[in-house]
Amino acid sequence: MDAVKNLFRNNVRQYGMIIALVAITLLFQILSGGILLKPLNITNLIQQNSYILVLAIGMVLVIITGHIDLSVGSVAAFVGSVSAIMMVNHGMPFFVALILSLLLGALVGAWQGFWIAYVRIPSFIVTLAGMLLFRGLTMIVLEGKSIAPFPKAFQKMSTGFLPDVGGGSVHTLSIAVGIVLSLLILAQEWRTRRTQLKYGFDVAPLPLFAAKLAAYAAVINAFTYVLAEYRGIPYILIILFALIVAYSFVMRKTVMGRRTYALGGNEKAAALSGVKTKKVTFWVFVNMGALAALSGLIYAARLNAATPKAGVNFELDAIAACFIGGASASGGIGTVVGAIIGGLVMGVMNNGMSLIGLGIDWQQGIKGLVLLLAVGFDIYNKNKTA
Amino acid sequence: MADAILEMRGITKSFPGVKALENVNLTVMEGEVHALCGENGAGKSTLMKVLSGVYPHGTYEGEIRYQGRPCEFKDIKQSENMGIVIIHQELALIPYLSIAENIFLGNEVARKGVIDWNETVVKTRELLQTVGLEENPHTLITHLGVGKQQLVEIAKALSKQVKLLILDEPTAALNEEDSENLLRLILKLRGQGISSILISHKLNEIAKVADSITILRDGRTIETLGMRRDEVTEDRIIKGMVGRDLTQRYPERKPEIGEVIFEVRNWTVYHPQHLERKVIDNVHLEIRRGEIVGIAGLMGAGRTELAMSLFGRSYGRKISGEIRKNGKPVVFRNVPEAIDNGLAYVTEDRKQYGLILIDDIKRNISLANLKRISRGAVVNENEEIVAAESFRGRMNIKTPSVLQKTGNLSGGNQQKVVLSKWIFSEPDILILDEPTRGIDVGAKYEIYTIINRLASEGKGVLLISSELPEILGMCDRVYAMSEGRITGEVRREDASQETLMKLMTKGKGD
Repeated sequence: MDAVKNLFRNNVRQYGMIIALVAITLLFQILSGGILLKPLNITNLIQQNSYILVLAIGMVLVIITGHIDLSVGSVAAFVGSVSAIMMVNHGMPFFVALILSLLLGALVGAWQGFWIAYVRIPSFIVTLAGMLLFRGLTMIVLEGKSIAPFPKAFQKMSTGFLPDVGGGSVHTLSIAVGIVLSLLILAQEWRTRRTQLKYGFDVAPLPLFAAKLAAYAAVINAFTYVLAEYRGIPYILIILFALIVAYSFVMRKTVMGRRTYALGGNEKAAALSGVKTKKVTFWVFVNMGALAALSGLIYAARLNAATPKAGVNFELDAIAACFIGGASASGGIGTVVGAIIGGLVMGVMNNGMSLIGLGIDWQQGIKGLVLLLAVGFDIYNKNKTA
Repeated sequence: MADAILEMRGITKSFPGVKALENVNLTVMEGEVHALCGENGAGKSTLMKVLSGVYPHGTYEGEIRYQGRPCEFKDIKQSENMGIVIIHQELALIPYLSIAENIFLGNEVARKGVIDWNETVVKTRELLQTVGLEENPHTLITHLGVGKQQLVEIAKALSKQVKLLILDEPTAALNEEDSENLLRLILKLRGQGISSILISHKLNEIAKVADSITILRDGRTIETLGMRRDEVTEDRIIKGMVGRDLTQRYPERKPEIGEVIFEVRNWTVYHPQHLERKVIDNVHLEIRRGEIVGIAGLMGAGRTELAMSLFGRSYGRKISGEIRKNGKPVVFRNVPEAIDNGLAYVTEDRKQYGLILIDDIKRNISLANLKRISRGAVVNENEEIVAAESFRGRMNIKTPSVLQKTGNLSGGNQQKVVLSKWIFSEPDILILDEPTRGIDVGAKYEIYTIINRLASEGKGVLLISSELPEILGMCDRVYAMSEGRITGEVRREDASQETLMKLMTKGKGD
């Protein structure tokens, strides 16, 4: 029992945010008279927030290393506009343009990472400069106009759905994906448990474990079923899911992830323990650049246009998502899943408030308060346990 | 018989789950230096926090009488107004403010909110003269060494009309000379009627300046001794602190010394900012298999700089010289190369340079050698827990779980985690920089045992220490350092505090 209590106490922040997300969802579900969780709206929610969530994944890495990136919105716009020129003006195939765009983003990240990691200019300043610089470049490249329309294949990345097989009123393939996914998770959890038993560690009692698995399966299948009722699983959800899984794995399980956390926790101690701190910082920014590029592409594809105003304030939403999701401004603490949950809290609030007809003015104010309260709650919690 | 300036009676202070203090009594006489001793965690700091009002009246049981009157302090401000000033181990000065600004911070010489700078400077000069610090009041704190900063802290206390001065480990970061100065100052203040409570791990200092001593153990008062009356010896104090006779402060060891495994030749290092300044000057040294080699030197002699420059050029510029390992020349261009070549460096300041305080024990232990528990790029967390658990047992790290954050551990246990980290990296040569600083006697003995075990496993150990008894008690051979140079090499049999001190203070002209 103590183990359970400990587990809960150690993860109160993470669980706290999940509980908050569920509470906010239910609140708006009721306020909006049941519209929020309609299949169409859930699909919308995913597509609307995808580009912020992609940024949040990169941003949480940056924040874990103890830095910040203010330039991601501008970088997203810049890469989006360059991709438009490549695809729309020069008729470059979608796939080639995609790869080149991601490389361009990585190059931008390398540029900023160089100043931050090797010249040691504070990231706040470097990326503030980047925010101005790349916004300016966006306008230069676009000559102040929008470029449209994108090729169909490119648009599909943001707005397309997994094709259906079989037909019928619900989307069969989506339901099948849900079932396969829950089976995979079940197998994975079971394997972890077996290994832990082999090592002689304490594991949760079997009924609790079974309940957890049942809950996982229920949530996943309910989710895919709801999606199947509309048009099935959006492509963008698959991209997001792959990114979340990959980045969570890297941060939790790999040497690279460990070193990133160590660097953020105590840079000097990490350096004296053999972590190449400059190199890690540099690559975290390269990665941020590439993800900002992806975010810009997703946004451009969704809008079906590259515009000079794309990506304005994206950085603030992404940063807020990380902090709501439990990252620490002083570095060393934060998770990819946390940032995603933080992003969803913001996303559900945006969507919910729009559904009940709250003006953009109120939305902004309320989001600001939620950010403050979430971090305040976190600090209160920390002081209590210390 | 003088009156008591302070009487604390029956003080009991509980935290959730722990009784930090239980029925503690402390009586300090007017105009005496009263030492407070005890292992880490014995309750010294808690007692002082109760006294100074950090824990306000009502959160503890018991009675405090100060100058004969009962006191119920609600915060530090109140106790300071009564003349009780505490100087913490970690100095609370603001680096980019001047000496004068720091001394009168929160207590400014001001009329209607406007500061009178002339008056401030005049007063600061007087105070600096009292504490024997010859510095311009406008000098920024960041330009002063730790020793001088300590004096500024005392000057600040004097500016508050201090009657009872509490010093928490004041000499922990000071070299011998600055420590001497500080102790003399405490005695001088005593002459002016200022009483002091001195918390210290350095028993020789206590013997030098204290009039009486109170020993705490596990949150209880063990005894109060008059230094003159009771013929107190260091061993006597240690016995009170640990509750057992420490007949041997340094564990027994039979050195089995083999061939030379690590050699440094003509090692010269320049200051990272002032490129014309030689910090390390043509140093030669060698370490043999199974040998514990000491480096004795005063602060500023370049001991840490030498160690860090050897450890993958973590310090300095224009580094020249040769390192040979097992007879073969090697070059460490960065820390990972040094670690890969079997070098380990346990830093002097474990909180800033040694540990990631917000991470747990297991992650700290594995950090320097993640390869050992990884397949490809993937860390096996189960193996990590197994390894950390084994260190917890072997090194006697007192913690309920290896998932505990290292920031929550006591100094001694933190040091054991740092040592575990470097032992886990499987080194051949360990450089230990002040490995027992700020940790209590019992934990020190455990650390010494670990060091001896490493030597007996055939590793070479380079032990840097400011405490000469420690150097003499542990090392087979000692290099003395002064002004960046090795000024002498002494074998254990020939070494004494006097011979070493002479070498350590040898200037370039001598």
